[in-house]
Amino acid sequence: MIGRIALQLTVLLLFAPLPLGVINKTKALFAGRIGPPLLQPYYDLARLWRKGFVFSRTTTWVFLTGPVVGLVVPLLAVQLLPFGGLQAPISFTGDLILFVYLFGLSRFFTAIAALDTGSSFEGMGAAREVTFSCLAEPTLLFSLLVLARSADSLSLGALLGPQLANQWLTEIGASLGLIVVCLFVVLLVENSRIPFDDPNTHLELTMIHEVMVLDHSGPALGMILYGAALKLMVMSALLVRIVLPLQTGSLFLDLLVFLLGLMGLAVLIGMVESTMARLSLPRVPQVLVGTMLLSVFALVLVLR
Amino acid sequence: MNLFLCALILLFGGSLIVLPIRKSSLAALLGTLTTVLATPLTGYVALKVLLSGQSLSLSLPWSVPGAEFNLLLDPLAAFFVLPISALSLFCALYAGAYLEHDGQTRPLTPHWFFFNIMVLAMLLVVTASNAVLFLAVWEIMTISSFFLVAWDHHLEDVRKAAWLYLLAAHVGMMLLIALFILAGRYCGSLNFSDFGLLAKLPLSIASLLFLLALFGFGVKAGLFPVHIWLPDAHPAAPSHVSALMSGVLIKTGIYGILRILSFLPPAPAWWGWLMALLGAGGAVYGISMAAQQRDIKRCLAYSTVENIGIIFLALGFGMVAVTGGHPTIALFTFAGGLLHLWNHALFKGVMFLGAGALLHATGTRDMNHMGGLLRRMPLTGLLWIGGSLAIGALPPLNGFISEWLIYIGLAQAGTALEGYAALAPLLLFGLLGLVGALALVTFSRLIGICLLGQPRNSTVACAQDTPPIMLICIGCLLTGCLAIGTFPQGALRLLMKPLSQVTRLPIGEELVQAVAPLGQWNLMLLASLVVLAGLLVWLRHLRPLAQAATWGCGYRFPTARMSYTGEGYAGFASQHLLPGVMRPEVSGGKVCGLFPPPTALAQHSTDPVLMRFLQPIFVAIAERCQWLHWLQQGKMPIYLVYIFVTSVVLMAWSIWAGGHGGG
Repeated sequence: MIGRIALQLTVLLLFAPLPLGVINKTKALFAGRIGPPLLQPYYDLARLWRKGFVFSRTTTWVFLTGPVVGLVVPLLAVQLLPFGGLQAPISFTGDLILFVYLFGLSRFFTAIAALDTGSSFEGMGAAREVTFSCLAEPTLLFSLLVLARSADSLSLGALLGPQLANQWLTEIGASLGLIVVCLFVVLLVENSRIPFDDPNTHLELTMIHEVMVLDHSGPALGMILYGAALKLMVMSALLVRIVLPLQTGSLFLDLLVFLLGLMGLAVLIGMVESTMARLSLPRVPQVLVGTMLLSVFALVLVLR
Repeated sequence: MNLFLCALILLFGGSLIVLPIRKSSLAALLGTLTTVLATPLTGYVALKVLLSGQSLSLSLPWSVPGAEFNLLLDPLAAFFVLPISALSLFCALYAGAYLEHDGQTRPLTPHWFFFNIMVLAMLLVVTASNAVLFLAVWEIMTISSFFLVAWDHHLEDVRKAAWLYLLAAHVGMMLLIALFILAGRYCGSLNFSDFGLLAKLPLSIASLLFLLALFGFGVKAGLFPVHIWLPDAHPAAPSHVSALMSGVLIKTGIYGILRILSFLPPAPAWWGWLMALLGAGGAVYGISMAAQQRDIKRCLAYSTVENIGIIFLALGFGMVAVTGGHPTIALFTFAGGLLHLWNHALFKGVMFLGAGALLHATGTRDMNHMGGLLRRMPLTGLLWIGGSLAIGALPPLNGFISEWLIYIGLAQAGTALEGYAALAPLLLFGLLGLVGALALVTFSRLIGICLLGQPRNSTVACAQDTPPIMLICIGCLLTGCLAIGTFPQGALRLLMKPLSQVTRLPIGEELVQAVAPLGQWNLMLLASLVVLAGLLVWLRHLRPLAQAATWGCGYRFPTARMSYTGEGYAGFASQHLLPGVMRPEVSGGKVCGLFPPPTALAQHSTDPVLMRFLQPIFVAIAERCQWLHWLQQGKMPIYLVYIFVTSVVLMAWSIWAGGHGGG
């Protein structure tokens, strides 16, 4: 088991910033620019690692819990997920609830770390983030329930097992298609992508996630960026596994398929970001309610 | 049982001894000492019963007609005695320091008298096994808690809140009297040991008894929609009393329902569904209201409504599963519900005692006047953050364990049931997820606005940390939360006996084995957090450090007035997510003209069930009853005639009844 945990962690830690580079490259391509190098996220992390800290005079130790929890949670949550054809290192009945609640934990600490600065911008960002997730979290739960119902199991390792390939061909396929859409929306919301949030916006008032980390600097900011990259990769892994349930049996090939899927998803996110405008803020809850209803509909289909 | 009786006598004696004492410090010392000596004894006895599963009973002569002084400490009673003992102990220790300032201006005698009487009454309520005794101690519990709620009776709000509590409690009491009279008539005895006959009742009468019990006890338990007294009474009471009431007193309502259900015939599915739906409604309603309160104790009171809702949801769905013949599902949901009851006693204790510490230091319950308290009260703040994690059901603390069990029960039902029957548990599952996410809004707001940022006024800016004894009490409760979170197997082993008594199902090792990985996982989470936090601290020593003002878009001199308020934080959720009836009433804030004068905006949150639904009904009833005024003529002879007529009617009735009834 130790070996599998180590492999999972190595793959995650090594490849997590790459999708961000792919997204930026795709966006640059759409805009007719050359764009930053593919490995720019790695360079950014290395640069931040060497820097010093600047702290606001208002902050306390809570301010530093945000980066720490934000980094620990994806590292632990990934142990519950199969990476493509690789089995999940840790798997037990009911771990899907743990998976969802772990991200709740990181959201809690990110929000209170933002409030610790006493800035109204960061309070605003925190309020928006926790409110959106009120709708995103049930959607995620319903989507996982669809998988649980069709796999008749309550552990992520089993419900993302090899049976997925056959399920696409049966009548469950329709439900799977619906939850892929739902999970994609959840992925965009939770990782603050366009059309729900814009990671590159320059106006504090319009930000959601970025405004919460305005006052972080140096290695702490690096931890936050790295944590966000890990989170994107963990949630993408879920989606990639559902869409590409191929299993060759060879470790190397399985890993390759998984990484290719991951990069494909990053290109897709880049395309969405290049072709869509950002939704106005009051619209976002409406879209999320719609997605939640879609996931309930998928659930009804799979019960039929 | 002798030990238990000793503890009861100690509590009774202790409360009487306090009565003649006028000196506050002595009264506090004796009052605390009584609870501190008595509750470990009762806790120990309860623990022994929980481990061995053997009931203890006691019968004493009592001269009241129809009544016998019978006590029974079976696993179900012990399940409630344990949290009552533990929480009373810490609340009593806490109260000594909390009321010290109050004691300089007025004697603390009444407080300590009623406090010990209330603890005594709660212990008796869960062990009484005779209906008359039960009703008597139930009423004593209500009255003593009423006086404790009304402790600050010089304030009008407190008087009103206490009055509402008394009214609601007595409406519930009426239903309970009807319940026990009906049950007693059918069984021919008022002893609980003879109530076994109720199992043969036809379904219609049994359903009537169930409804009487559900609403009669539900009023006390804070079951939606009869929770109306709770959001007012908890802020009004002193904090340790709120903790005790929210943590264990209202749980006696759940005890009552479970006890009555144990007498009634096997429950039809709709009983369970009714409980589960009221519970689910209460959970969503409670947490949505909690997210919008600016009074920290009112926010916690609504969170009690939420947690009681979750417990009812679990117990109700467990009953459905028992009826449907799904023992594993029933065990998981019942275990989750029962464990959540214990957990809620622990973390609500932490939260209310912590809120009391903030109130003690700042003199306000309004979160918009606080801020920056973590710097001034670091230990209290740390404990309060821990409590918030537990109450928000986040790993690695105990709230997550019990909600996890409920989730598993619902999800298993969702995967095991055929066809659309599985939809209801799956929807409840999603609803629980929504409640969890809203709890995160509520508690990140509570922590963020009260403890973090900058102090919003000068009293708060020079607040001092809490006296050590109060911190130790909160710390012990939080340690309990952490212990259940990292070692849930132990708590579940203690739960086995009451669980099998309530569900009437055999229990194997499956529950303990199911939660074991969670405990290990929580330990792993804690360990990784410590390692990474260590790394960050080490880096902080290694790299250059600088201090600056918070980034304000280039503005160099941010003040506390610019930071986010409680209303601001909840505003997005309440405007775009929650139904309009729950929104607080807004007054003022209109800006008009070219050069507008300074203006103020105020928000006031009232309970929609009370204000929009129950109050109009009661006002209408009161108006209809206006014509009864002519009975009050205000003349002595007319009242004498009333007395005469009543006596004649009673006499005639007794003669008639004597002729027919043979007695």
